[in-house]
Amino acid sequence: MAYLFQQILNALQLGSIYALIALGYTMVYGIMTMINFAHGDIFMVGAFLCFVAATVLGLPFIPALLLSMTGCALLGVVIERLAYKPLRNAPRVSAVITALGVGLVLEHLTLVFSPYPRHVPALWSSATWHVGGVTLSSLQALIIVLSVLLMVLLDWLVRRTMLGLAIRAISWDRTVAAIMGVPVDAVISLTFAIGAALGGAAGFLYALAYPVIDPYMGVIVGWKAFIAAVVGGIGNVRGAMLGGFILGAVEIMVAAFLPSTYRDLIAFALLFTLLILKPYGLLGQPRPQKV
Amino acid sequence: MTPWLQANNVGHHFGGLSAISGFNLELRPGELVGLIGPNGAGKTTVFNLITGVYRAAEGSIQFQGRELVGLTPWIISGLGIARTFQNIRIFKQLSVLDNVRIAYYQHARYSLAEALLHLGRYRREERRLTQSAMEILGLLHLEAYADEQADSLPYGLQRRLEIARALATGATLLLLDEPAAGMNPVEVGQLMEFIGWIRRQFNLTILLIEHQMRLVTGICERVLVLDFGVTIAEGRPDEIQNNAQVLEAYLGQAEDG
Repeated sequence: MAYLFQQILNALQLGSIYALIALGYTMVYGIMTMINFAHGDIFMVGAFLCFVAATVLGLPFIPALLLSMTGCALLGVVIERLAYKPLRNAPRVSAVITALGVGLVLEHLTLVFSPYPRHVPALWSSATWHVGGVTLSSLQALIIVLSVLLMVLLDWLVRRTMLGLAIRAISWDRTVAAIMGVPVDAVISLTFAIGAALGGAAGFLYALAYPVIDPYMGVIVGWKAFIAAVVGGIGNVRGAMLGGFILGAVEIMVAAFLPSTYRDLIAFALLFTLLILKPYGLLGQPRPQKV
Repeated sequence: MTPWLQANNVGHHFGGLSAISGFNLELRPGELVGLIGPNGAGKTTVFNLITGVYRAAEGSIQFQGRELVGLTPWIISGLGIARTFQNIRIFKQLSVLDNVRIAYYQHARYSLAEALLHLGRYRREERRLTQSAMEILGLLHLEAYADEQADSLPYGLQRRLEIARALATGATLLLLDEPAAGMNPVEVGQLMEFIGWIRRQFNLTILLIEHQMRLVTGICERVLVLDFGVTIAEGRPDEIQNNAQVLEAYLGQAEDG
């Protein structure tokens, strides 16, 4: 029983990181109908900014987190302006290929800076608590609480503010939103900034939880978070969160109770079965064809 | 009187296909002008050029003396031009209230940080915008539907909601694209009264595209007739109705012999 609780905690930790990344995929898809395949690499940059903050700059926890988030937000805005905006009315395939290219550029720029894996020093002097055979570290608690807090804020932003309303309006009909006075370029930039900031926060937390980082770390994690977003229903904010936690749970539980070498195989077989049953994802809905 | 809207020699084409050429239009403040013509004549293109959806390839379009060509749709909206669409384009999945609230985006005066921190200004502004939206809905007798999803409204009310949204932008020039499409004669009669009413109530200048001649002759003070992207006639509705070129454009050329 204690073992199960331990695994649930681990699943929440991993799931909250997947969920934060999945939000970036889903927000950009929602507003641009495009998969930003560079997003996993933005997550990686967030992890490296954490490394820089912890080593070169010697920042404490909160400023270091803010550095990862604002650094990634700026990066997201710059990528959108330089690489995606010129392709806004091009076929979606062109934008997707460009996104893959941007991802490669980020990986190789980081490679110049750090050709081998780096160890991230602890930014948080972690205490551990033992409760009835379950071990909880304060870092683990922090990751889960901080992620959930960011998700609640985002959910509220999308549902209850004019910016969120503008994001939803643009995702349904960009032309009409523009004609009704919504500054589409600025809102798209902000959406990229928010998605990338969440990815940066995920990279930061990931680097603290699994403190060995390398320039390619964003590829697999990014793919998995993308799948989490699709399972939840891409374009749907709550779906991305749900998908992230489901993926985290499936991965941890498969590894905990079945041969761990089959982890990805079984986890993804389960997720794909889910997609066959719910092709638009758990909370997604078919989008009407735009005229 | 200086014209409210003035289009000079406007031309636009898609690929090699000319959509509109040498188009001139002058709207005086408070006027109600009709734009008619067969399908494909370029009427909606005119609306798209005025609202900045397309950037005119040639010519100039000025609104209150300010050049519109090259401006983004949201800046043009901010100057006071709004429109409706031939095929209703409300935000179907949003509530009726949110459909109107979106038009206030540029009027919201709070920052993202204030919103995230739930500061007083955020709450006051949200309340103010919701109130303004409810007032417009109230004036147009839609307030009972405020919380309904927009696409659950019957067709006629969806059309009215689209007009409510356009009015909420604070427009002084309203472009209506086939407002009577799909309406029966009784509804067309009501619509004519309604257009007259919003025009007085909101001090509007109106340019409308319409196929239903009863509406055009009933309320328009002036009519422009487009055919193949060129203005072929202009005048009072009664003058237009007997214009040979217009009849030809609509009915086809009479065969000789």
